Amino acid sequence: MAVSVDDAVSAGPVRDHTPPARRFGGRGRAVLEVALLTVLAVVMLFPVLWMVETSIKENRDVYAIPAKFFDFKVTVDHFKDVFVSSSGGRSGLSVSFLNSVVVAGVSTVLATVLGVPAAWAYSRFALKAKKDQLFFILSTRFMPPVVVVIPIFLMYRQVGLIDTQLGLILIYTAFNVPFTIWMMKGFVDEVPAEYEDAAMLDGYTRLQAFWKFTLPLLVPGIAATAVFALIFSWNEFVFAIFLTSSDDVRTAPPAIAGLIGGTTVDWGLVAASSVVFAVPVLVFAYLVRRHLVAGVTLGAVRR
Amino acid sequence: MGTVSVHGLCKSFGEVQALDGVTLDVPDGAFFVVLGPSGAGKTTTLRAIAGLEKLDAGSVHLDERDATGDTPAARDLAMVFQSYALYPRHTAYENIASPLRARRCSSSEVAAAVEQVSSLLHIERLLQRRPAQLSGGEMQRVALARALVRRPRAFLMDEPLTNLDLKLRVEMRTELTRIHRSLGGTFVYVTNDQVEALSMADQVAVLKEGKVQQVGTPTEVYERPANQWVAGFVGSPRISLLACHVEGDRLVGAEGWTLPRPRWTTVEDGRPLLLGVRAEDLSVEQRGNASLSGELYGLEPLGDRTVVDVRVGTKILKVKARPTVTGTPGERLLVTVDLDRAHLFDADTGLALSEAGR
Ligand SMILES: Nc1ncnc2c1ncn2[C@@H]1O[C@H](COP(=O)(O)OP(=O)(O)O)[C@@H](O)[C@H]1O
Ligand SMILES: [Mg+2]
Repeated sequence: MAVSVDDAVSAGPVRDHTPPARRFGGRGRAVLEVALLTVLAVVMLFPVLWMVETSIKENRDVYAIPAKFFDFKVTVDHFKDVFVSSSGGRSGLSVSFLNSVVVAGVSTVLATVLGVPAAWAYSRFALKAKKDQLFFILSTRFMPPVVVVIPIFLMYRQVGLIDTQLGLILIYTAFNVPFTIWMMKGFVDEVPAEYEDAAMLDGYTRLQAFWKFTLPLLVPGIAATAVFALIFSWNEFVFAIFLTSSDDVRTAPPAIAGLIGGTTVDWGLVAASSVVFAVPVLVFAYLVRRHLVAGVTLGAVRR
Repeated sequence: MGTVSVHGLCKSFGEVQALDGVTLDVPDGAFFVVLGPSGAGKTTTLRAIAGLEKLDAGSVHLDERDATGDTPAARDLAMVFQSYALYPRHTAYENIASPLRARRCSSSEVAAAVEQVSSLLHIERLLQRRPAQLSGGEMQRVALARALVRRPRAFLMDEPLTNLDLKLRVEMRTELTRIHRSLGGTFVYVTNDQVEALSMADQVAVLKEGKVQQVGTPTEVYERPANQWVAGFVGSPRISLLACHVEGDRLVGAEGWTLPRPRWTTVEDGRPLLLGVRAEDLSVEQRGNASLSGELYGLEPLGDRTVVDVRVGTKILKVKARPTVTGTPGERLLVTVDLDRAHLFDADTGLALSEAGR
């Protein structure tokens, strides 16, 4: 499939000229829609529900056959096990959660700090071969991580970044900067450049004009972009499992995956740590839900 | 002091040549109007003066000093943008105060200056509102106040009245002239409205497709248009243009009419010309021997006068008449031409013929 940058760059509103469909009667269509959505919701949500249930079941009920849906004993032991090790100190999982917070947080901050000014520059200045540059930046996201992980592993080994948090932070930043530039460029394009022109005539420098007048208008866009970047780094698995090995560097996704295997699997612990892992993403997505919609439908919505 | 002069400005956006050698000299304290249709390059000219546009060629001198490479802040100018460009998160007060804050004035100075300029523009009660809570006319006043709050070298105004309704526009025209007179200062004022240009300007520069067509006082531009295009753009109703040539002491029209040759011209026989006559220099009353015969095409009553459309051959002439004039379409009538006030243009170049004889 050919990807045209022109199509991707244009921020014009998408207009749908097809008249409203009248193929089904309004009512029959609504029923069909609800039915389909219900099926989809069940398929999507059942594993989540099962995970939450398993995380609060006693071990006996976890392994019960037939499976118990409702009449099980509720316990928080699994959640305790996530954070406290059996010998009393901090558990290995809690360390990996902390690592995830550090790696995802720092890489998101870096990507934002680098990507937002770059997006502003791409939006405001006439550059040589701007479209080609933007396409090149985007193209770094075309390859799935698993394709590039071996070369990166070899390079990291040369420079001693294997099994370090810095290594993970750098690679996540590298993946998030292109995304940040593309998403933020859309938001910057929406802010009239004339505010900055007016500010410069008022007596501010170009950077002051950006900082004082444009940046505050970009905050919602930055929040939405940062949440996307945060979710990417938080969820990332392939780089994490290839590039880190020791328990005190490892992030949560490979650590949780590591719980499965061996002779017995403590499914209660797996479920509880998965719940703990999912909560921050849910909270963030909830906090910026309005901007997420704006971000996802970027360019299609005009004020 | 506050002179602005630009020399040979060139700027192209891709294929579009927005400015093609624009040269202007704005004297200190002038109300200088740049007049031209939409797309003529007026905004680009102002942005070039302000330092917001990187030029392909040309120079900008402010107070006789080369400022071509200076940043906008260093040029010490104020600008009213066509879109007003009021900061959306700031109140009107903060918008107006912005140029002073950027230049680190004390807050008592700021308060005094904002108070003064807002009473000048009658916007005291709007100061705590944000741009979204202002009407178009109010935003325009706030934008003007932001420019007038300081005493810069020159004020640049980009069609500040275009987005207002007619009544407000006429009011603001007088008010801006009053402000210019009371404040002094150099105004470079851009508009596409020839009435605005004629009524407000000390000097007008007419711009078309990035080229200056004519610079002069409003009277000069109106009475002695440098070319056919300026004659057509300035003045309402539009000047009537008729193809013709000179034969001896007669002016022979392509539509078959003849008129006496205007005394002031010495043009050679046979050269293709355009005769340009303004509506007020045509009359449907019998007033002399220079007349064209045509038929009544339509009447346009405007209250204080009526514009009579007269068809001569395939051309429609706009004739100014008294409001009491009547007639039925198709009716034959004679149009008297005041040849002493008519214009002749070279049909090929469009340039006005020398009027040295007048
Ligand atoms: N930033 C720009 N990018 C591309 N073309 C532009 C830009 N600014 C102006 N132009 C073009 O330059 C010409 C002159 O524009 P402008 O100075 O805005 O005209 P005016 O203000 O007289 O209406 C127009 O044809 C316009 O389309
Ligand atoms: Mg303009």
